[in-house]
Amino acid sequence: MSLLRVEKLSKEFGGVHAVEDLSFSVSRGTIHSIIGPNGAGKTTLFNLITGIYQPTSGKVFLEDEEITNRPVHALAAKGMSRTFQNLQIFFNMTALENVMVGHHLHLDRRLLPALLHMGTLVRRDRECRDYCIELMEFVGCGKYRNSDAASMPYGALKRLEIARALASKPKLLLLDEPAAGLNATESREIDEVIKKVAAQGVTVVLVEHDMKMVMGISDHILALDYGRKLAEGTPAEVGSNPDVVAAYLGAAV
Amino acid sequence: MQRNRYIGLAVLAIVIALLPLAFSNNYHYDIAILAGFNAIVCVGLNLLVGYAGQISLGHAGFFALGAYASGILTTRYGVPPLLALLSGAVFVGFLAFVLARPILRLKGHYLAMATLGIGIIISIVLNTESWITGGPDGLMTDAFSVAGVALTTEKTWYWVVGGLLLFAVWLALNIIDSPIGRALRALHGSEVGAQVVGVDTTQYKVLVFVISAVFASVVGSLFAHYVGLMTPTSAGFMKSVELVAMVVFGGMASTYGAVVGAAILTSLPQFLATLHDYEAVVLGAVLMGTMIFMPRGLLPTMVRLIRRWGQ
Repeated sequence: MSLLRVEKLSKEFGGVHAVEDLSFSVSRGTIHSIIGPNGAGKTTLFNLITGIYQPTSGKVFLEDEEITNRPVHALAAKGMSRTFQNLQIFFNMTALENVMVGHHLHLDRRLLPALLHMGTLVRRDRECRDYCIELMEFVGCGKYRNSDAASMPYGALKRLEIARALASKPKLLLLDEPAAGLNATESREIDEVIKKVAAQGVTVVLVEHDMKMVMGISDHILALDYGRKLAEGTPAEVGSNPDVVAAYLGAAV
Repeated sequence: MQRNRYIGLAVLAIVIALLPLAFSNNYHYDIAILAGFNAIVCVGLNLLVGYAGQISLGHAGFFALGAYASGILTTRYGVPPLLALLSGAVFVGFLAFVLARPILRLKGHYLAMATLGIGIIISIVLNTESWITGGPDGLMTDAFSVAGVALTTEKTWYWVVGGLLLFAVWLALNIIDSPIGRALRALHGSEVGAQVVGVDTTQYKVLVFVISAVFASVVGSLFAHYVGLMTPTSAGFMKSVELVAMVVFGGMASTYGAVVGAAILTSLPQFLATLHDYEAVVLGAVLMGTMIFMPRGLLPTMVRLIRRWGQ
């Protein structure tokens, strides 16, 4: 059974077809990459899957349950989380608090215990703190646990967003260009983090420009161009597909 | 965080306990009581403005509704003051809940305009529905009493308000340091970032709007009993701006900052009595100065300076 299924998904922005009639599915426990030149519709696709945009037509299913047009926050409860290409960090909070927000759905969210600072809530909060520190260590930004997010370097913020997404205990994690803006070393480290996440049984969908990274870690690749499916298959299949090569390097004359 | 919380509360308690030593007459008590009222409203408003990042220029309206609810229920219908206060709070909470959903879809200037509109509408209603509110002449209220014991002297009011301020600060700190508080700060930082990990941002905006409105309403009720006369000006636009100015000046997203801001901006005009005609001008100047020279507000800036100095 596929974890995520997209059926005939389309999104128009005033006549521009950002995503057009796209269908694909992601199997459980795999790393699934979406590649394509700039403007191919990768981020739009992410925004459609995660409910930030509403599709013009088409459907999205998570574990065979239709999730099209559900509010964004409801999808986290269904087991989906994501990171952003242009970071969406809470810069008014500490790094650790950022991750703790990620654990929101697993905490006591009632008003009265919060108002009265009741013991059960405090205890669960303390457990959450420890768990989130572990997650920060796991993605490799543990040394920033007491820092303000605003004072952290870019590379660490990228990791912090992954930790925050993991704190929601997702079944499906969508990473939008986790290596963008990182140097070669940092990029390799992120690579390791993604593999570790996948090894824990989280299904990963990845949008990435770094071809070396994509070819190295993906189980399955979907290539987009102008919002349409260009090719799909294993890294070897997609890498040797003439259409993909043409889209990236320009068509042969 | 835990330790800081109780140190802060202890310092505030000591300040409240020692302050009367500097008072030489009832007028001083009066200023302190008014500052305390404003501080409690600001602690609540700061949850909305400072932590959740949603502006409101209409909170004087909720304050006045609480005040009039208490005034009307006690004088016209003989309801006991405490019950009137609670009824007012429930009514204002419900009103805020109904208004919050459509209003908090708006952002920035639009939200400011919408909340401003609420405040103005409330003040117009209080002015025109004189059959029940007394209109522009105002509404007389009796002394606050619980189980036959009436609060009459400034001194007793001072201790009651001081205790309530401590309680309000404690409640606010509890909320901030809970999953709810983190969700509020998160939606301030990035709404979509909060949503993708499951925070229903609309729900939390509504919640904090209601909480801050209830804070204002409860203080309004007490205020009505304390001063004994309510007029629609207390619902006015200037009062709302004053409240926001106190929060911004003291330090947004700083509970103690809100208390300090309220204390200073309430007492300052009293000491500068000669400048009374220019109160709005002084307030405007203070706001501008804050935004230019210490955008974080007084208390956070001071804490920062002291830390840097200490290093």
